[in-house]
Amino acid sequence: MSRLSITLNRDDVAEAKKTAKTIVDDVFHFINKHTTDTIERTVLRYFGVDGVDAGEAPLPNVVVDHLKKKGVLDTGSAYWISNACVATGKDPQTIAEAVGTNAMDLTTVPSQPLEKVYRFAEETANKALDRVESMRNTRDGLLTGLGDNRKPYKYVIVATGNIYEDVSQARAASEQGADIIAVIRSTAQSLLDYVPYGPTTEGFGGTYATQENFRIMRQALDEIAVEQKRYIRLTNYASGLCMPEIAMMASWEGLDFLLNDSMYGILFRDINMKRTFVDQYFSRLIVALSGITINTGEDNYLTTSDAIEKAYAVTASQLINEAFAKKAGMKEAYMGLGHAFEINPDIENGFLYELAHALLSRELFPNATLKYMPPTKFMTGNVFKGYAMNTLFNLASVFTGQDIQLLGMLTEAIHTPYLQDRYLAILNANYVFNNARILGYELEVKKGCFIEKRANEVLSEALTLLKHTEKVGLMSAIREAHFADISRSEEGGKGLSGVHRKSEGYYNPVLNELEKRLGIEVES
Amino acid sequence: MNEANGKVFIDPKQLTSYGDATNDGAVQLSFTLPIPHGALAKEAAKKFVQNLGFDKSEIVTMEDMKEGYTFFVVYGHTQKTIDISKIKVMEVNFRVMSREETDAFIQEKIGRPLVVVGATVESDAHTVGLDAILNMKGYHGDYGLERYKMFTVHNMGSQVLCEEVVRKVKETKADALLISQIVTQKNIHIQNLTKLMDLLEIEGVRKDLLAIIGGPRISYELALELGYDVGFGSGTVPSQVASYIATTLSERTEMA
Repeated sequence: MSRLSITLNRDDVAEAKKTAKTIVDDVFHFINKHTTDTIERTVLRYFGVDGVDAGEAPLPNVVVDHLKKKGVLDTGSAYWISNACVATGKDPQTIAEAVGTNAMDLTTVPSQPLEKVYRFAEETANKALDRVESMRNTRDGLLTGLGDNRKPYKYVIVATGNIYEDVSQARAASEQGADIIAVIRSTAQSLLDYVPYGPTTEGFGGTYATQENFRIMRQALDEIAVEQKRYIRLTNYASGLCMPEIAMMASWEGLDFLLNDSMYGILFRDINMKRTFVDQYFSRLIVALSGITINTGEDNYLTTSDAIEKAYAVTASQLINEAFAKKAGMKEAYMGLGHAFEINPDIENGFLYELAHALLSRELFPNATLKYMPPTKFMTGNVFKGYAMNTLFNLASVFTGQDIQLLGMLTEAIHTPYLQDRYLAILNANYVFNNARILGYELEVKKGCFIEKRANEVLSEALTLLKHTEKVGLMSAIREAHFADISRSEEGGKGLSGVHRKSEGYYNPVLNELEKRLGIEVES
Repeated sequence: MNEANGKVFIDPKQLTSYGDATNDGAVQLSFTLPIPHGALAKEAAKKFVQNLGFDKSEIVTMEDMKEGYTFFVVYGHTQKTIDISKIKVMEVNFRVMSREETDAFIQEKIGRPLVVVGATVESDAHTVGLDAILNMKGYHGDYGLERYKMFTVHNMGSQVLCEEVVRKVKETKADALLISQIVTQKNIHIQNLTKLMDLLEIEGVRKDLLAIIGGPRISYELALELGYDVGFGSGTVPSQVASYIATTLSERTEMA
C-alpha cells in the first residue's frame, strides 16, 4: 500500500537540492574559521563545568568571560582549562570555581607540555561524548522496548512557568494520548546569553530551559511511559544565543526533540547571522550524535507573510535547513522540517492549497520527520470556528502522511492553553486520525490537476529564490530581505561580539571528536 | 414577559441572555474542576454553577481528563437580568477612511507625513499584531501603515525595552506610538504598559504623542486607565488605526 503522492518536476527537485547544498557549502567557509562564546561554554560544560558563582552567574560564562578579558578565547576554552587541570591536578569544575572567586588566572598558570594538555582534553571530551552516546542507547532501548507511537505524533505544549506544574499538566496530557510534550520556554530566553541554572518555578509565557528542568521533566515522562507502556517524547528549544549549550544539556538529559533552525533566530529574533550560522553547526553536530530530532521553524514565514504568496519561502528554507543538517552529519529521519496550515480560511479551495503544500513537503523530503504546525494567524476569539479549523488541519495531516502534528488549540490568540483546551485538541486529533487513518492510501490525487500543479508551482518559485541566493550568497540574500521580507545585516543583530575568528592554535577536542564520530570530513 | 400582537417584548431594563426563547436566560459554560471524575465531581459542578447564579442547569458532559481533573460542559438558566439603559460605553468616535482618503486627509489637514513608531515591548516576543497593522502586507486585505504615503513608519519589532522605545520616540520626533502586547501571562502586559507610560511622562514626551496600544487583551477602557489615548482589540485592521491617527492628530493641530 503506498501513501498519497504527487509527481514533482524531477529536474527542479534535483536542481533545488543541489543549489541548497552549494549555498550552504559557501557559508561553511565562514563557519569553519570561527568559534563563539556559547560554543566555548558548551565545551566547558562537556568538561563538567556547571553551577553558578556567588553572583548567580553560570560558571561556564564566568570562565569564558575571563578568557575573553585576557584576550585568549580564540585559542579555545579547552586548552586553558586543561592546562590548568594538568598543572594543578584538579578537575575542571574546581578550576572554574577558582576562576569564579578570582583565585585563579588561567593565563598565568605555567604552560604544561602540550601533549599532556591535549591528552587530558581528549580524554575528557571522549568521556563526555561517550555519555552522550550512552544516553542515546538508553533512549533507543526504551523506545524499542515500548514500541513507537502511531504517526502523526500528537505534540502538545505545556507552559505554566513552573516546572513542577508543567509535570502535572504533562502527565494529564500524556494520559489523554499526547505523544510529545514540549516545554515552551520563558519568553525572551532566546535572547539571554547564558542558560539559567537549577529548577525554576517562575517564567513568563513558559518555563526556563535549564538542565535541571530537563532532568525533572524527562524523569516524569519516563515514569508515565512505564505506567502506560507508551513512549513519550520530550521537546525543548535549542535556538537563540545558546543553541549549542541547550543541545549539550539535551544530549546528557535524554531529550528527543529540539527546535533548531538555521535561520529562524536571524530573521525572527534579530540574532546576528554569523553567530547563528556558527552556533547552529555545533549544535547540530551534538544533535546528530545524540539521535535527537530537530524541528525547524518554517511556520514562522507564514505568520508574517501570506501563506499562499510566500509558500515558496517555506520550501526554500526547508531545503536550506536540510542542507545544513546534512553538513552536520544528521540522518534524514532526524530532520523535523517544518511547515504550517496558515491559509486564510475565507479563501475558496484553501484546503486544496493546504493539501498541495503539505504534499510538496512530503514528496520533497520523503524520509524526513515532517513537522506540521496548526493555524494561528487566522484564529480569532471564536473558539468554535477555531476548533473547526483545527479539524481540517488534522485531516490534512493524516491524509498527506505528516509525522509530527503540533495540535492546534481552540483558544490560540486568546491565552496560553487551559488544561481543557489541550484535552479538546487531543480529542479532535484522535477522532480525525482514527476516522481517516488510511484515507491517503485509498485515494489518489488526479494527475495534472490543481493540487499537483500548485505543488510544482511552489517548487519552481522556491528554486528561483535559491538560484538567486546561490548567486549573491546566503548572507546577502538575507540582507536583501528575500526571506520573510525581513532584512538583516552581517554586522547587525544580537550576539556578534560573541563571534571570534579562530587563532592558528585554536583547539576544540569536542568539535574534533564530534566530527570524527560522525564521519565528517572538514576541508581546511 | 410582555407580549403584544404576538411579538415578544424585550425589556431593556431586564435584559437576559437568549437561548432559543426570549428571556430564557440560557448560557453555555465549559470549565475544569481539579477533582477526579465521578459522582462527587458531578455534584460539585452542579453546586458550582448554582453559586454562579444559574438555578436551573444541566451537565451535558462530564469527562475524565486524568490526573484528577474533570471537564464539564453545562447549560445553565439564570434569573439574573441587567438594565442596559444604565450602561455607558466608551467608544472611539472616528470615521474609518480608505488608504487613499487618509493620505489625502493628512496631506490637506496636516501637510506633512506623520511619524509612527511601533514596538512590542519587554517580554513579549510576538510581532503578529504589530506587523498586521504596520507591514506593507497588512491584514485581511487591508494594507498596513507602511503602504501609506503619509506615514513614516519605524517598526522596532519585538522585545524592545521601554527605554529604547522612548529613545526612538524622541529621536524620530514621533507623532504616534503603537504598542502591541499579545502573549501575556499573569497580566505582565499591564506592568509593561505602565512602565512605558511612566517613562514617557518622565522623559516629557507624553503630551505631544498619540499613544496607542493594541492586542487581544486590550480594550479602550484599559487604555484610558493606563494613561494611553486609545486601545484596539482583536480584529482591528490597519485602516482603522490609520484613520484614528489622522483624524485625532488633525483635531489636535486645529486646536493648537
